[in-house]
Amino acid sequence: MKPAPFAYAKARSLDHALALVGAEPDAKILAGGQSLVATLNMRLSAPPLLVDINGLGELGKVARRGDWLEIGALVRQRDAERDAEIARSAPLIARALPHIAHPAIRNRGTIGGSVAFADPAAELPACVVALGGELDIRGPNGRRAVKAAEFFKGLFETALGPGEILTAIRVPAARGDDRFGFAELARRQGDYALIGLAAKARAAGVSLRDFSLVYFGVGAMPVRARGAEKALADGDIEGAVAALADDLRPEDDVHATAAARQHLAGVLLRRVIGQMRGASS
Amino acid sequence: MSERFCDIAMTVNGEAVEERIDARKTLADFLREDLALTGTHVGCEHGFCGACTVRVDGTIVRGCLMLAVQCDGSRVETIEGVSDTGEIADLQAAFAQRNALQCGFCTPGMLLTAQELLASDAAPSRVRIREHLSGNYCRCTGYQAIVDAVEAVALARNAKR
Repeated sequence: MKPAPFAYAKARSLDHALALVGAEPDAKILAGGQSLVATLNMRLSAPPLLVDINGLGELGKVARRGDWLEIGALVRQRDAERDAEIARSAPLIARALPHIAHPAIRNRGTIGGSVAFADPAAELPACVVALGGELDIRGPNGRRAVKAAEFFKGLFETALGPGEILTAIRVPAARGDDRFGFAELARRQGDYALIGLAAKARAAGVSLRDFSLVYFGVGAMPVRARGAEKALADGDIEGAVAALADDLRPEDDVHATAAARQHLAGVLLRRVIGQMRGASS
Repeated sequence: MSERFCDIAMTVNGEAVEERIDARKTLADFLREDLALTGTHVGCEHGFCGACTVRVDGTIVRGCLMLAVQCDGSRVETIEGVSDTGEIADLQAAFAQRNALQCGFCTPGMLLTAQELLASDAAPSRVRIREHLSGNYCRCTGYQAIVDAVEAVALARNAKR
């Protein structure tokens, strides 16, 4: 299908973009467009105006700021994949990026777009939650930062209000004793995950503590598996796998049954624990 | 200014193009309908099949997920242009020799995607070839012959270096 008619405006600056979306409450921000244009083509969405923020160089930077790594919303997924600073300071994100769709899509798709679109099966929302990250937002009332855990509100729903633009994601820079794990299952490389898991922990001697386990593809938004985290803190992997029965509420869909997803959640947990116990995290 | 119709200027296969277009027109439709470059195919129109793959400023993109208006000021290359320059003549010959195409619908996208892989990785493994081509559907060949062709070209290009 083809998109319904819309007007198009190319923003010259972030302030210009804010003015444009401020004047048209139903406007959509066009970043990489890899989800948005598909929804336009299918007429799942028919905004009166697209505000194109491609070209706003100020949103396209990766910077280490003290103990935090900041990734501009417009950084392309493919560029992020090759970025040495992201590999060093956010290895969990670096590991997740190759799982996002296919090369031609990552060439356009952006870090901020993936987070703001909030697809429940997407990798980056789970990563920023697992890392305890923050999202930088600009809007009519200025700047604000929202914790990743509070940003995702439901199916494709976020804390972004009318006229607001996600400008950057920020995650604590990896420390030497941090351990990360990432795994997902999809029928074909690059397809949306049937289920996936982004995880972080801290090494204390030979054991791991401070687990953060965030599943994606099993609910309306990233799901933290707190029961499993608690069991793992006691070193109880079997208990953690069992706890997933209470932590997760997967549903049936055309891709997999709830029972299959529940089973696969345990498979991923064991894989990810194996990764985190490995020397190189 | 926000407009439903926009003036754009770009180069397509090295030739300057200036048009006034509907903002909602995808790059793939613009190439096919306005420029009669029908080697770019339109399949699923939501990013899954890869038949619409073209190059914009040197990197492959989905022609159905980029608006033509976004290509203002860009350098666009289609299968026609890349064929004419001879850049992928060896890949095209290998596809023909190994029956890596049957109906040909996926072939332009497949070739451009394979070419991007070979430009960044001179000796990709078969697994890597499959991963890189994972976003391009072929409903005829079963992929085996396509992977064979890409692998053969990688080896042949390395032998020439």
